[in-house]
Amino acid sequence: MAVARARRVLPFSGWHLLLMPTALLFALPLVWMVLSSFMPAGDINHYPPRFWPSRISFAGYTGLFQDSDILRWLLNTTIVSVIAIVAHLVLCSLAGYGFARLRFVGRGAAFFLIVATIMVPIQLLMIPTFVMFSRLHLTNSLAAAFVPWLASAFGIFLMRQFFLSLPVELEEAALLDGCNRLQVFWRIVLPLAKPALATLAIFTLLGAWNDLIWPLIAINNQDSFTLQLGLANFQGVRRTQWQLLMAGNVVATLPLLIGFVVAQKQFVQTMTFSGLKG
Amino acid sequence: MTATQVRAPDGLGAGESTPARRRRAKPPRSRRTWREQLTGWGFVLPASVIVVGLSVFPAGWAFVISRQKADLISPAENVGWDNYRLILDDPNALEAAKHTLLFTALFVPTSIVAGILLAVALNRPLRFQWFYRTCIFVPFVASAAATGILANFVFDPTYGIADNLLRVLGLPQQGFLEDPNQAMAVLVLICLWGEVGFNVVIYLAALQSIPNDVVEAAVVDGAGPISVFRYVTMPELAPVTVFTAIWQTITALQLFDLVYTTTKGQPGDATVTIVYYLYRQAFELFHAGYGSALAYCVFAVTMVFTGLLVWYARRSGTEAF
Repeated sequence: MAVARARRVLPFSGWHLLLMPTALLFALPLVWMVLSSFMPAGDINHYPPRFWPSRISFAGYTGLFQDSDILRWLLNTTIVSVIAIVAHLVLCSLAGYGFARLRFVGRGAAFFLIVATIMVPIQLLMIPTFVMFSRLHLTNSLAAAFVPWLASAFGIFLMRQFFLSLPVELEEAALLDGCNRLQVFWRIVLPLAKPALATLAIFTLLGAWNDLIWPLIAINNQDSFTLQLGLANFQGVRRTQWQLLMAGNVVATLPLLIGFVVAQKQFVQTMTFSGLKG
Repeated sequence: MTATQVRAPDGLGAGESTPARRRRAKPPRSRRTWREQLTGWGFVLPASVIVVGLSVFPAGWAFVISRQKADLISPAENVGWDNYRLILDDPNALEAAKHTLLFTALFVPTSIVAGILLAVALNRPLRFQWFYRTCIFVPFVASAAATGILANFVFDPTYGIADNLLRVLGLPQQGFLEDPNQAMAVLVLICLWGEVGFNVVIYLAALQSIPNDVVEAAVVDGAGPISVFRYVTMPELAPVTVFTAIWQTITALQLFDLVYTTTKGQPGDATVTIVYYLYRQAFELFHAGYGSALAYCVFAVTMVFTGLLVWYARRSGTEAF
């Protein structure tokens, strides 16, 4: 009712009155983050604070590259994310296919156990995983950051559901023609699984790139810092040099932001699916 | 999404019962079987070992540690349920639990109401919809570290735009994250900024699965937009709401990284949440046994909350899981 009345008074739909301010509220912090990363120090320390830089300055970025190991962190995070994505795609699609199509003793129990692990919360795992990693000498190395992301129950579940939705006839035909299971999987099934693999890749990228907890617990030496851990640490050192911190934030966020804007459909798809992992 | 989610338990049930049934039905295929067994396990074993090794195994170990006096360095000593008893006498743990419950009580309902409202708005045929959706979804990709650092900047009493906005509007300046009375509420706002997009996506998917003819039939019968929402849309959204409520309750009860990257529990421990307190106990004070006991208590509370939500949904006739 209220909306219908508003439409008669306003030249546009009343929903815009809700959406426009909300959208700006969500986007402005990120816009301000990018703008202030290009501010000269004078603008940052200006009172009242400026929204637009008075001139474009790269001091934030040069300062960041001089004072921190940001390139090293960026490289580390990239390595971790690439390993995580490749491992996730390979291991979870293999396991998902096995649980969807192959018959073996213990399949149901094993799958049930894996889905049940989705209920195990991270705070229960922090302490024993730290002990486990230190016994295996994984602490203070990049392995501590990527080992938790090699495979996930969510990934196995997602791939299994997808494979179950494929028609089984194609695979049977290929098996009759003398292909073995691995060939069927590689040549017939995987090419059909591209949408599910894209969803899984984005899920893993978001998780591995943004992960803070595992590196925080297990990595102490600067050489193995990931981007997120490095930034969180850098914040403690450069408390008020906001142009440096915002430049770091831009470096850490921009790749995912660009990915989101370019492939919004796939990202939203992933968000919808990742609801399943709860 | 809802479809898969609803189907999931059936899939599980079927998978569970097949091996037993098959073994009884077809015993003579043993010649091919060992090969099939090896292939099957070959496909699933690597991922299964990683997933189970990084969750079930450590979760069990955490229970062992929770009954020990352990500092992760010197040999542990069994103390039975002492760590659990200590929690009840620890005023700091209770204080942290209070902060966490306050956060949950503020965050979960707000995120659900905002999610429904924005999803309904974004589901309308309007101009600029692409722009609105992009703006509202995009914070989801920002990491906890980036969000925390950005929030510290936005809410900085001297350099931040939040206080400046209040000044321009002629409102009194606030301490935000530096004011012990406000800090928890500001954390709720920051968390909403990152999480509302997720709820909106879930609700949008649910709204789009409501058949159009149902809505049209209601309109033909003379229902106004508010009655349509109340009697057609809301019941359709109820199962999803059970899910978002559980999901966001878990998110809220486990709040950790945002606290770590914004306040670190300051000012005066006003923003120490239960998982942040656990982290301090285990990784700053090396009370691993006590930390594990806390972790199990949080897990138990989470399970109770989830159970209550499912029970309430069942009682009110919502088919959620």
